[in-house]
Amino acid sequence: MSKERTSAVPAAPAYVPTDADFAFDTTIDITTDRNYASQGFWKGVFMRFFKSVRAVIGLVIIGIIIILALIGPHMNSYGYSDIQSVTDPETGKEVTARSMPPHVPWLHKLTTGESYDDPFAEETFLFGTDSMGRDLWTRVWYGARVSLLIAFVTIFIDMIIGMSFGLISGFFGGVADAVMQRFVEVANSIPRLVIVGVLATFMPKGIVLVIVALLLTEWIGMSKIARAEMLKIKGQEYIMASRTLGAGNWRIIFIDILPNTIGPIITQMMFSIPTAIFTEAFLSFVGVGIMLPQCSVGSLIEDGFNNITTLPYQIVPPILVLAFLMLAFNFVGDGLREALAPRIEDM
Amino acid sequence: MAANYNAEPILKVEHMSQHFKINSAFTVKAVDDVSFEIYPGETYGLVGESGSGKTTIGRGIIRLYDPTGGKITFKGADITGRLNRETSQLLRTKMQMIFQDPMASLNPRKKIGDIIGEGLDIHHMYRTKEERKEHIDGILKKVGLAVEHYDRYPYQFSGGQRQRVGIARALIMNPELIIADECISALDVSIQAQVVNLMKDIQEETGTAYLFIAHDLSMVKYISDRIGVLHLGKMLETGTTDEIFSRPLHPYTKSLLSAIPSPNPRVEKARTAVEYDYETSGIDYGKGSLTLVEGTHYVHGTAEEVRKWTSESAG
Repeated sequence: MSKERTSAVPAAPAYVPTDADFAFDTTIDITTDRNYASQGFWKGVFMRFFKSVRAVIGLVIIGIIIILALIGPHMNSYGYSDIQSVTDPETGKEVTARSMPPHVPWLHKLTTGESYDDPFAEETFLFGTDSMGRDLWTRVWYGARVSLLIAFVTIFIDMIIGMSFGLISGFFGGVADAVMQRFVEVANSIPRLVIVGVLATFMPKGIVLVIVALLLTEWIGMSKIARAEMLKIKGQEYIMASRTLGAGNWRIIFIDILPNTIGPIITQMMFSIPTAIFTEAFLSFVGVGIMLPQCSVGSLIEDGFNNITTLPYQIVPPILVLAFLMLAFNFVGDGLREALAPRIEDM
Repeated sequence: MAANYNAEPILKVEHMSQHFKINSAFTVKAVDDVSFEIYPGETYGLVGESGSGKTTIGRGIIRLYDPTGGKITFKGADITGRLNRETSQLLRTKMQMIFQDPMASLNPRKKIGDIIGEGLDIHHMYRTKEERKEHIDGILKKVGLAVEHYDRYPYQFSGGQRQRVGIARALIMNPELIIADECISALDVSIQAQVVNLMKDIQEETGTAYLFIAHDLSMVKYISDRIGVLHLGKMLETGTTDEIFSRPLHPYTKSLLSAIPSPNPRVEKARTAVEYDYETSGIDYGKGSLTLVEGTHYVHGTAEEVRKWTSESAG
């Protein structure tokens, strides 16, 4: 049938491609391109971070809390464990400033036109005092130091132990992975309280005990996230490309893969900070954490919670500090993730 | 620089096999007893359907996998088994790979300059930062990108541009063999031509050899000097492009070639695709061996099969 057709029209020979079919268009100069100004990596991270309003707010809040934690306890003459008391000139009895609501003489004068008529007329207790008669302002900022310390220790634990453990376990796979994962399962199956109980038998109670307890268990969540990310990324073609260029395992794990896992890792870190701060509060509550008269935000909340119906002002300052701290860490975490992981939709 | 067939082959693959053990009862023979040679400056095309083992061969040669059998010699050095420092250095600099998917083969968190310069960094191939930058800028221009692209991220590029970056990354090491693993399959047809021409230009300029893995036969015909046809992990037929295209012997090769569409509608209308099914063809790949037909044209089969096919094609 096709023969009849070709007889009507002269048969065309099969087309043979030549070099001239595909040629570069050299009339357009593609070697200059001014759409994007070039910028350094960290400069880009900085710019993207500070462009995010939330991240900046978070950073400012953390900054304010850090500054207040550093100078707050020194802004008045009260020590964190000093029970405020005066001798009543009339009766000669010792009067302690127990459970006083916020007590600011100039503000009281401004609003009511009168001075306080209690024995502490000239004293300022901005947040009031606790049921023992200690200044809450001093104690809240003193306690914030403990929470900040726990937060930074957690970051350290997550980044150094958890991340490295997970990345290495996921990268090498096989026997190494199996052994490391069984270890994680064993470590994860022991309740934290049991670990703390064992530790408490040969360690003095206090902040060091809390930190050691966190060191032993806090990295597990992070190691799982890091391992999952590693498994996802290590089969990618760009990792193969690094291999064909002769990159060693160390370089592939920490230079090629790590930056690609930074999003989930920072998110996980920001989740683990509140957990760790609450762990500290919990351990203080059961009596192996911060010991009285020392305090942390957690132990202050516990104290305030006992009196919440009668003295609600006691719980407000430590709760606000804790809440703002959590919120700020989350904001900064979000901002960091977006700044470190530029994607087209973020630009 | 044209291919130099008088020189020693730059890559010699002898009886290479790559088996993947799935469990104690079942092993996938992805590549089975494959041999071929690549000479300096030539382009060797490896064709075959999906799952025929093309990519596995490429990855086995560059040692992303450890071949389970056979011997691979690159520039006179045995690159099978455990690599010592010098062989590893030779393999990682003088043999490079261009990957299939330009979207996946560039690290999204790295700048183009650092992606291209990674080989330089790993092998400490520069003395000063300026020297490194100069080197990378030169390569960028060579592959048709701009110097300004140095500081950008992969997501800021189109597919064709990304593949150029992939080519640049391979080129910066001055390789003598580049394994191009389906490097144009993921690209738009118009961009395929650009990239293939770029590869040809580079070959002319630097004299590098290519192992060109593809399933697009017309592109393979356009770029390759010699071709190997692969099916189910076996090398079925190999020879110069001319030999394969003008006188295909193995029924599988015939079937492959008959599937190429023609741009001429009249020819295309008359084209009938020859079907080939291993199960019903009566050919057993296990029995035959690679037999020389003429020149450099080899076909895989038993003596009887080869005689039958050659007489068919002669008649």
